[in-house]
Amino acid sequence: MIELFRNPNYDFIGKRKWAYIASIGFTLIALISLAARGGLRYDIDFTGGTLIQVRFERAPTIAQIRTSLGTIQLPGESIIQQFGDAQEFIIRLPLVAVGSEEIARRVQGALGTNDSLGKFEIRRVEFVGPQVGRELQLQALYLVLAGLIWIAIYLAIRFDMRGGVAAVVAVLHDVIVCLGALSLTNREFSLPVLAALLTIIGYSVNDTIVAYDRLRENRGKFVPKGRTFAQQMNDAVNQTLSRTILTSLTTFFSAAVLLFFGGRTLEDFAFVLFVGVITGTYSTTYVAAALVVDWTSYVEGRLRRGKKAVAKA
Amino acid sequence: MPRHLRVRIAFVLLVVAVSVWYLYPLKSALNLGLDLQGGIHLMLGVEADKHVASQTDRTAEDLKKALERKGIGVQRVAREGNSTIQVELASPQSWNDALTAVAEFSTFTRRDENQAAGRFKLVMVDRQISQLRDDAVRQGLETIRNRVDQFGVAEPTITRQGADQILIQLPGIQDPARAKALIGKTALLEFKMLDDQTSVEQAQAGQLPETSELLYGRETDKQTKAERKVPYVVQKRTLLTGAELTRAEVQADPNSLGNWQVAIEFTAAGTRIFGEITEQNVGKRLAIVLDGNVYSAPRINERIPSGRAVITGHFTVDDARDLAIVLRAGALPAPVVLLEERTVGPSLGADSIRQGLIAITASAVVVFIFMLVYYRLSGLIADVALGLNLLMLLAFMAAIRATLTLPGLAGIALTVGMAVDTNILIFERIREELRLGKTPRSAIEAGFRRAFRTIVDTHLTVMGTAIILLSFGTSSVKGFGVSLFIGLGASLFTAYFFTRLLFDLVYMTRRKLERVSI
Repeated sequence: MIELFRNPNYDFIGKRKWAYIASIGFTLIALISLAARGGLRYDIDFTGGTLIQVRFERAPTIAQIRTSLGTIQLPGESIIQQFGDAQEFIIRLPLVAVGSEEIARRVQGALGTNDSLGKFEIRRVEFVGPQVGRELQLQALYLVLAGLIWIAIYLAIRFDMRGGVAAVVAVLHDVIVCLGALSLTNREFSLPVLAALLTIIGYSVNDTIVAYDRLRENRGKFVPKGRTFAQQMNDAVNQTLSRTILTSLTTFFSAAVLLFFGGRTLEDFAFVLFVGVITGTYSTTYVAAALVVDWTSYVEGRLRRGKKAVAKA
Repeated sequence: MPRHLRVRIAFVLLVVAVSVWYLYPLKSALNLGLDLQGGIHLMLGVEADKHVASQTDRTAEDLKKALERKGIGVQRVAREGNSTIQVELASPQSWNDALTAVAEFSTFTRRDENQAAGRFKLVMVDRQISQLRDDAVRQGLETIRNRVDQFGVAEPTITRQGADQILIQLPGIQDPARAKALIGKTALLEFKMLDDQTSVEQAQAGQLPETSELLYGRETDKQTKAERKVPYVVQKRTLLTGAELTRAEVQADPNSLGNWQVAIEFTAAGTRIFGEITEQNVGKRLAIVLDGNVYSAPRINERIPSGRAVITGHFTVDDARDLAIVLRAGALPAPVVLLEERTVGPSLGADSIRQGLIAITASAVVVFIFMLVYYRLSGLIADVALGLNLLMLLAFMAAIRATLTLPGLAGIALTVGMAVDTNILIFERIREELRLGKTPRSAIEAGFRRAFRTIVDTHLTVMGTAIILLSFGTSSVKGFGVSLFIGLGASLFTAYFFTRLLFDLVYMTRRKLERVSI
């Protein structure tokens, strides 16, 4: 039998002070990166605009493409990026009054007249109008909020309010870290990224549930005398450790495979999953469980002090 | 002996059989999204208010005629905003007569009356406005469907979205620009007289009578292919519209080789009106205007009683064919604006399918091997269950005709990683129970029983977020939500029903069970 851990008994909860510092540190880095770059970089799904994906038979340079596009007057500032391999490029144009078909036609014309570029194929044209983009930004925010509320309600019903709030804080931490990672690597916030984020919201809470479940099961049984709540939580985390690591590993494999073999279109999506699986596993113990422990000891401490005060009077 | 073993085996076999039946043949069973098979996705917004405005214009015209017929002098009848008509009588004396005449227009109510000045407003009632807006979208949808049908697209999707949007999905289209032009064209065909009193120079200098307007026609130079705009001064009054057409056919242009023209034929009423127009305007020029562009302005040589005419304009055969289609299908009641477009070429779609399949396969292989190495025989059981999970996922998607998109493929790859979670939970629990010294038999029992609640919890939370994704309008995100949701549902079923059954078959049927390969 291969075993990752044999009766693990690490002191996770005891080290939570360091973990708080790390979590706050990660969150701060994420927030600072987001602030420094002026918020998320939204892709055209959210901002509106035109995107044209072109594949050339011979790999051109960005400068070559830019010069040939310079011959037609494209409104606004266009962005040209390599996409996937060296032959494939994406041209992004901001929202303008001219229709998308007109722009796509002009781009096609301009690229066609430049013989040095060789043969090419327009593989994708996307146009998103201003109305749609603005609606989507709001909708994305609602979706993430709805996801968090769903988690909070589910956990509050299945366990208790404390567990629910702590889990939501943990998930929120994951969301912020994921967004920070996006911002640090200068990736765009697109619809697939939104989908990945919601998946992480659902996924991250999984490990938390497993640990909570175990804690409750243990407390229902015989608890050795003198075991503090913090120690009981630590036991629960240790008992579910191999399962947590194993499932995180398999999901991590899947996300890694998508990241490396899924193609450029899925890259950002897979990246968020990749980061999210890691931070989701971490936050179970070091954000959710740790918060529940401190919250409970705070409440119990106040109760005890309250009782003492009553006794004195 | 485990309970109901035969019934459970039969049930699992039935599930497998049904799944295979739904998936056969694989090529046509799965509904591929536009991002995988290539095609156009268009979201159009109908400017329904313009339909309300044009109906108000028509009523204003009718009202003016009605008042004049009754001998009531009118100073001004004009539309204000989209749904209000301002009426100014020539003299306040005819106030009462005017009110009686106006009462016939029951879809409008009177407001802001000023009897002394002989002024009042007519406002369209709200019910009529919403009815007209609804009509604009419904008729627009019908017209577009008609055009797409005539254009010839296999399995188009044309549906209404929300109050005033139309979603159009055309899979496998080769020439997206042409299809878009065909769909988005308002195709309002109008016949108007040229204003021969005003020269183009005067009009461009701003000396345009209120009843005329400056419109342009397009001419392409044969040699240089350069487009040139030709200005025309056209009277605003529309004499006849495309609504009176019965036929529109493509013909070779006899006067210019290699060019095509569209021959049209009017209805009986149209023929009569056309006859009158041509009779009264011999020697003058009649402009044929489509969506505000002058296509041609031939001189009327004599009265045309036949109700037949041709539209020329140096068309290629495709141009002429598309024009004939939009004329036959009729005009859109209100113009449409493009809100969103996603066009994917077939080669990109094929690439995406390939990459998605690679990702799913690689993900499955990694997880398969991992489970096998780590849990040995039990790992093999989990792998078989994972196979059934994928089979059920695809079969269910085929059964409900769900669309498989690229994010959907990603969802499947992700499901592979997540679905083994259930098995890992159970297996780890069984190992724990074994460590506590339980017999293999009772360890398996306890493992399954104890892991159950946790498994339901973990599935419900992710399925909950998948439902939130499903409620999102955009199809690519929806596709991901669908496959994630179904994948997890299938995982719940396989882990609890199928894994258990295999365990029962492999271990529990043995008379003496000494060790579990886990």
